[in-house]
Parts: sequence; structure tokens; C-alpha cells
Amino acid sequence: MSILIRKDTPFIVQGITGREAVNLTRENLDYGAKIIGGVTPGRAGRDIYGVPVFDCVRDVVEKVGQPEGSVISVPPKFTVDAMIEALENDIKLIVVVTENIPRGEVAQAVELANLRGARIIGPNCLGIISPDEAKMGGVGGPAANTRQAYTKGPIGIMSRSGGMTTEIASTLTAAGMGQSTCVSIGGDAIVGTSYAELMPLFEADPETKAIAIYSEPGGRMEAELAEWVKEHNSRLPIVAFMAGRFMDEMKGMRFGHAGTIVEGKEDTTAEKIDRMEAAGISVAERIEEIPALLKKRLEEKGN
Amino acid sequence: MRFYEYESKALFAKHSLPMGERAVVKTKEEARAAAEKIGGPVVVKSQVLSGGRMKAGAVQFADTPDEAAEKFEHVLPIVVNGEKARSILIESKSKLVQEYFVSVTWDGRRKLPVLLFSDMGGIDIEEVAESHPEHLSRTHFSTFLPLTPRLAKEAVGKTGVTGNDLNRLTPIVFELAKLFLEYDLTLAEINPIGKLENGRFIVLDGHVDMEAEARGKHAGLLKELGIGDDETRQARPPTPFELEGARLNAVDHRGVAGNVVEFDGDLGLIIGAGGGSLTLFDAVRNHGGKPANYCEIGGNPSVGKVCNLTKLILSKPGVQKIAVMMNVVSNTRVDMVARGVIKGCIEAGKDPGEVITIFRIPGSWEEEGFKILAKHGVEFCDRSVSMYEAAGRAVAKLKAS
Repeated sequence: MSILIRKDTPFIVQGITGREAVNLTRENLDYGAKIIGGVTPGRAGRDIYGVPVFDCVRDVVEKVGQPEGSVISVPPKFTVDAMIEALENDIKLIVVVTENIPRGEVAQAVELANLRGARIIGPNCLGIISPDEAKMGGVGGPAANTRQAYTKGPIGIMSRSGGMTTEIASTLTAAGMGQSTCVSIGGDAIVGTSYAELMPLFEADPETKAIAIYSEPGGRMEAELAEWVKEHNSRLPIVAFMAGRFMDEMKGMRFGHAGTIVEGKEDTTAEKIDRMEAAGISVAERIEEIPALLKKRLEEKGN
Repeated sequence: MRFYEYESKALFAKHSLPMGERAVVKTKEEARAAAEKIGGPVVVKSQVLSGGRMKAGAVQFADTPDEAAEKFEHVLPIVVNGEKARSILIESKSKLVQEYFVSVTWDGRRKLPVLLFSDMGGIDIEEVAESHPEHLSRTHFSTFLPLTPRLAKEAVGKTGVTGNDLNRLTPIVFELAKLFLEYDLTLAEINPIGKLENGRFIVLDGHVDMEAEARGKHAGLLKELGIGDDETRQARPPTPFELEGARLNAVDHRGVAGNVVEFDGDLGLIIGAGGGSLTLFDAVRNHGGKPANYCEIGGNPSVGKVCNLTKLILSKPGVQKIAVMMNVVSNTRVDMVARGVIKGCIEAGKDPGEVITIFRIPGSWEEEGFKILAKHGVEFCDRSVSMYEAAGRAVAKLKAS
């Protein structure tokens, strides 16, 4: 099993004729994804690697069938419209690749998603991969590169960085530890789905035995995760890697992702590490320590 | 992107928030004339982006135009947290009977805006939250349901404010919430709102932050306020090195290669992407290395773009060598980055094999990239060498040279 996506999850790509979208469509198809249609207004009738293009999501639903998911890769100023279009056409899983979207627009779409019982991953993310099943988004790049880094197994990954999702998966793969599902959740200050919001899904997935996360300064997501783990007495050991420790001394400076800024004490890596450790989450100093820490935590659990 | 107080107030004025008469001045003569026109006691306030100007003595009071001119000269040279005054704001001084606090910001966990209101304004709000929580209300609101004054009335009323005060505060607080959504702000704050002896209310100090991503959307407003495109409004002003990096990045739309932040070390860094750069910067410092810069490359930048960034970093005084490192890449081509850095070194008159301490970018097109690097005698490694280890090799090599 896996979470969020499986081999036959039918999805669409909004903005499919754009440069990045064309690439990810091909990469996803090569990896075995089931892309049933694409959308670019005014481009109906074309096809991208055999995927039929429509003017709007409604047309895909009417002419091909109901997609479960959508990958959105459109310019920032059209993204909120694309998210609403997907939601209003009953799509329940929306992966937003686009970056540089003002958070007010993200918040609007998230509010609507909550009303519609749908989930948004991202924005500013590389998407989701369930190794050997399917991927949705640019995570891992070309299929051959993806197969090199990602292998099937018991570890779930959640990461605020798309690139580091692959770095961690590649490190786990080299250590003989495969992954159940890896989610690049996005680097913005407001994202559709946080670590804590993914935990119940991993918790319910029998294949997942432990979690690795990539974390960085800014926001309250780690505090939320720590609270969740304590409140729900989670069965899953978690190992976190914390980047950007140098930023603790550089208040008000933005590095890396849009959400990565130290404004208050709670944004610092020191504070986040304390909270996570207090909740029983192991914090790695280096990426290469993650496999050994996971093994140790799994052995303690008797796995 | 932070606004100066005078810009925040110009925005408030557009929305008819009540404020005292005021003028932005740059000379002693202008200060005197402004105080004369306003009449009566005035406040002389340094216009800086950082907090703590009261403590630094950069806010003064004057009873006469001559005193205002004198205080202008006193305040102007004061450096607040390393920041010089952009201008001075002269504003009429009001006699207050009570102060209030209102702030709108984002709650990233709830993914909603939150309105904070207190009838104990003018002092540190964290302190109010701790010692008088019943005097601070927190009210979340929707980003797409109609925004009506009900929100403000509830927020104000929760702290015990009632009668005329409630009815007069409500429209001010409501307007601020509207501004917050309309202009994609990440913070809209008034501290304090003052109650005058005649029972009316007035905005005394305001603080506005706009989301950098929304600058394009609000270009008209920014132009009206006189905020230039090159003003980053980060915690410190950008250095010429950083501005040049941004310029080079903007020349070519393909990928990113130029989000540079200047540091004073000797090891130039060509690192990426968002998360990888943070990881690698920490790693270099952990090994005792001194980075000359932070940067981010990603999204498959062109050869020319990487070349220009390499030349910029090599031209920085004090840079001895560079390290080229990223996490496993998916969408950036290893061979393109390799070509770019080698070209940059050669154009800067350096031997790539000498000046590049390590090249650690595994991923798509790595075999092609490694061939090019080998040809130029550059040390490289694949994913079997961790990011941390690669950073260690770079630091060791620089120290040994």
C-alpha cells in the first residue's frame, strides 16, 4: 500500500502545454502514471505524449471521465483560478507545482478545499511519489533518475524541499531502505497539507513503518507535528533532519523557500529541535545519519 | 516587504483612517516649516525599517517650530540597528487618554488570517498576552466569505470594550482587516490607536508588510508610494554584490542562478537548490569553512547564467576558491552546470581544476557532466559522497592551499 496515490490513480495536468508541464507529463507517464487528460485554455484538440488536451477541466470530466487528482503547473497569476477550477470539478487531490503565489490566494483555495473535502499539496512543491507505483509531479525527474533514487519499502518521507526529498530517498535507497510514499509538501509559508495533516494517512498505511522528514526554519509546522505525535501516541518512529541552522543568527533574512525566515523565537531551528525531541522525534545532524537512526528506532520498536 | 511608517500611513490615508497632520521632511528647514504648518506640539520620528527607534532616541518631541528643527538635527544622524534614517516624519502630537493595539497577520497552522486586538496598546503585546490574556482577543476570519464589520466588533468587544468606544473602534479595526486582504499583506498593525480627550480615535503608529510575491499585483500602489523595484526591504539593505547577482539572474529567464547573499569568508559557494543550499551552508560552517556567499541555483539554469554567477563570485575580494554542490538533482542538468562553472572560471582567467575545490551534483545527465569535469581536471563526486562530506573536502582543500 501507499498513501495519496497508487498505480491506477487517474489524474490530469492543468497547464499541460507549458514547458515544465510537458516534461513532467512525460516523466510521470514513463514512470507508469495514469494521466487521463490535460488542460490549457485554447489548446483543445492537441495531445501531449498521447494525453488529450482540453480547454477546461469540465470537458475532461464530460469526455474522458472523473479524474481523482490534478497537477497544476500554470503561471502564478492563474494558479488560484486553476485550483478553484479543479475543486469545483470535484477533484479531490491537487498538487500545485507553481511557486511565487501570494499566500492569500493559497489560503482561499485551502478554505474551499476544506469545504469540498479535497486536499491540496503544495504550492511550490515537486509532488508525490509512491515508488514502483506512480508519481504525480516533477519529483525525481526523468523516470530513469527516479528509479535510481526511489525504491519501494517501509519509510514515508515528508519534506519542505523537493530536491531534498530525492536526496533523502537516495540515501535511504543506498542503505537498503525503500519508501512507501514520499511527499514534497512545498516550501511556502502556507501550504495545503502540513506534516501533521499527513500523519493520519501514514499511520493508517500498513506498509509504512517509520517516517523521515526534512525541515527548515520558519513557521509552526514542526511544533504542530510534535503536538500531533504526542496527542495520538503515534506508532511511527520519526527521524527529522533540520537544515538552515545558521539562520538562527540572521533574524528577518529570507533564504531558500518563501516560508524560510526567522521572525520570532519559534521560527528558529534550536526551538524546533527542542520541541521535536521532547515529542520523541530523533533529529539528525546530517542526512547520512538518517538510515542508522531509523534502524535504531525500528529495532527499539521490535521491527 | 516592509513599509516605512510614512508609507504605511500613506496607505492608511487612502482608506480614510483617522490620523494626525503630518509631513515627511529631509532638511532642517523643511522640518521647521512642517511644524509651523501643523501648529502646536509635534513628534519628530526617524524613518527606519527596524524596530527599537524609541529606545535609540530616534523619536523626539518638540513644542515649537525651532525646537522641531533642532530635534530634526538630533534625530537624523542616529543609526538604529545599523540603519540610517531615510527621512524624518513630523506629526502633530496628540494627548491621549487610552491606547489600543490591533494587528492582522497569517496563522500558518490554521491557514487563515487572524486579527489580534487589545485595549492595552502602546506596550509590548507579548507581555499583555502573558500577564493579561483577557485583554487580548484573537479572531480568525475567512479569506473568501464576505468581510463585514461584525468581525471587528467581535474582536474589540471580546476585550470588554463597549459603548461609544466600541462603535468608534470597529470601523478602524475593520478597515485594517480589509487592507490586509486587499493588498496581500503579511502584517498590518496599528500600535497604538489612541483615544483622544474628545472621545475620538486616531492612528499613531502603523506597520505594514507586503508579501514579496504580490509586488507585481500591486505595482500601481507601490509606484504611488514611491517604492522602487530594486528595494528588497530585507532585514538589511542589499549590497552591490547582491544587486549584481539579482541583475544577472533577471537577464535570463531560464532557471535560477543568482539569489546571492554576501558573507565575508574566502570560500565562494555555487550551491542549490532551496533546501540543498541551507543544508550545504550549514555543512561548510560545521567543517570550519568561511563562506563568501550564500546562493541558490535550480530549475535548470542556462550555461550562460551559471557562467555569469561563477564570474561574479570569483570577482569578489577575498574569494580563494569555490565549491559547486547540490542535492541529487532531478530537473537541473548536471552537464549544463558543469559547463557553466568551467566557462566562468576560464573567462575569469582561472584554471577550473585549481579554483574548483569540489563538484558534487549527482542526478540527471551526471555522466555527461562528469566527463566534462574530468577533462578539465576538476575533482567531482557522485551521490555516494554525502553533501556533508563534500563540503568537508572543499573546506580541507582550501585550508591546505
